[in-house]
Amino acid sequence: MSASQPATARLSRLVPYLAIAPFLVYVTVFLLYPTLIVVAGAFTDDSNRLTSSTLRVLTEGVYLRAFARSIELSAVTAVAGAVLGALLAWAVWSGPREGPLRRAVTAAAGVLAQFGGVTLAFAFIATIGLSGVVTNFLQDQMGINPFSGGVWLFDMPGLMLVYVYFQIPLMVLVFLPALDGLRPEWREAVESLGGSGWDYWRNVAGPVLFPAFLGATLLLFANAFSAYATAAALVSQGSPIVPLKIRGFLTSEVILGQQNLGKALGFGMIIIVAVVMTLYALLQRRAARWLR
Amino acid sequence: MTAPTPDALAPSAPSAPPVASGVAGRARAPRGSRRRTVWRWLLLLAFAVFFLVPLLAMLEFSTRGAGGRTFDAWRAIVKDPDLVSAITISLELAVLTAVGMLLLLVPVATWVHLRLPRVRRLIEFICLLPLTIPAIVLVVGVAPIYAWVTYFFGESSLTLTFVYVILVLPYAYRAIDNGLGAIDLRTLAEAARSLGAGWASVLARVVVPNIRGALVSASFLSVALVLGEFTLASLLNFNNLQVTINLLGKRDSAVSVAVSLASLVFAFVLLLALSYVGRRRASSGVTEEG
Repeated sequence: MSASQPATARLSRLVPYLAIAPFLVYVTVFLLYPTLIVVAGAFTDDSNRLTSSTLRVLTEGVYLRAFARSIELSAVTAVAGAVLGALLAWAVWSGPREGPLRRAVTAAAGVLAQFGGVTLAFAFIATIGLSGVVTNFLQDQMGINPFSGGVWLFDMPGLMLVYVYFQIPLMVLVFLPALDGLRPEWREAVESLGGSGWDYWRNVAGPVLFPAFLGATLLLFANAFSAYATAAALVSQGSPIVPLKIRGFLTSEVILGQQNLGKALGFGMIIIVAVVMTLYALLQRRAARWLR
Repeated sequence: MTAPTPDALAPSAPSAPPVASGVAGRARAPRGSRRRTVWRWLLLLAFAVFFLVPLLAMLEFSTRGAGGRTFDAWRAIVKDPDLVSAITISLELAVLTAVGMLLLLVPVATWVHLRLPRVRRLIEFICLLPLTIPAIVLVVGVAPIYAWVTYFFGESSLTLTFVYVILVLPYAYRAIDNGLGAIDLRTLAEAARSLGAGWASVLARVVVPNIRGALVSASFLSVALVLGEFTLASLLNFNNLQVTINLLGKRDSAVSVAVSLASLVFAFVLLLALSYVGRRRASSGVTEEG
């Protein structure tokens, strides 16, 4: 690429970019353009005119309530999942690193966190559904009817229970590497200065881990907020949360004038997840200062 | 959502006794560590109960008979033609997606490392983008595209491969990018080039063998994700394992619970095997991670 042939040089500098062209075409067709369809749809009406009225519908009535319930579900299960998952991660991490326990827990966590979906809904139907194992046990042996206050498994409380079941494993996967970043020298330093185990966790490990913990909580929030399969398999009547509202728009006849409402709901979800994931990335960077 | 990343370097837990501590420290350490061990096992026990009860309940539920245990529901897994075809489709989708992902991603990731470091951030951004676009939203935008896909490729459920490759992009990219970062790619490629190898053979005979572990991780993760995928298949009106399990739940819940448990166990075995692949790599001296 000598300066004596500027035109050829410029051309030959472009040649390497040709190699990534197929990739760019592929992601444009199957990722970027679909995203554009959703975003553009959120700002247009049935006859493709630019409007903000579609988005404004989201700020009222059933849709606002669906967003509120989605956020509540995600926040509650993210916090519960993060606290419990951090405890489980600690219990696993204090054992040997290459041991079978850690290996099995990591693999199981991978399955429950990423594979789950429909199968987890069925797991809980078999457990605490109308003729589930635990339900039968409570009724026959203890004389308790767990559904005396209504069939809660197929509504918000049930969703929360099943979501926590896949949030804890995700926390274990995300938090174990953070715990691995704690250096034994730090603990030794605390001990040589006469500090106790509590002093170590309170003044050294805690503050070092805190950004990672907070970041993981955000990741769990985004995870629960985007989840669909579990809710779809569990809730067949009504649509309490946003993903199920979107299902309604995809599977049933759309009312005139509301063609783009599903896209507007999707756009709302993208915004919330994008904000949360950006904060997550920032916290990850902050966490990386001490934890490699 | 995050791929399990076993990082190889950090030392293990401080389970070993502290090295340099005074008399007071030595007197305190055993009591503290014993208390810690008790807490640890209590916690593990509580979590084991929480996580195993639903799984054991599935086993009980799926073997209920009219007066005793029966394995009819489990036998039905291989007898029900719908289920057999759904399992076949999901396995085919898993393989096609893994192959498609490798073909799409390995050349680009390698090329970006070697020749175009300036667009590396852009490629990374695109690959991680699906993390911020929930599948339920992606399906809204992809549905019009699939009108064209079925027009060109027919109505086969296998066309889901196209969108599944997008779905696994973030996890696969991270695994492959880590693998590439851990080897001295530039030197290897230059050595091969100076011996007269073309870019294609650099890729196939130098890069791929050196990041084999990362490619295996990326493929396993893709397979696990595809086998568990429900959202896109269900809302684009295709059939796969999860869609069929869900439909079956309304007809014969014992069978659907049996398949659910079977698929969870299958995925567990898959990921456990993956963790041993990772260890073999570490002990054979190749320093990379997945």
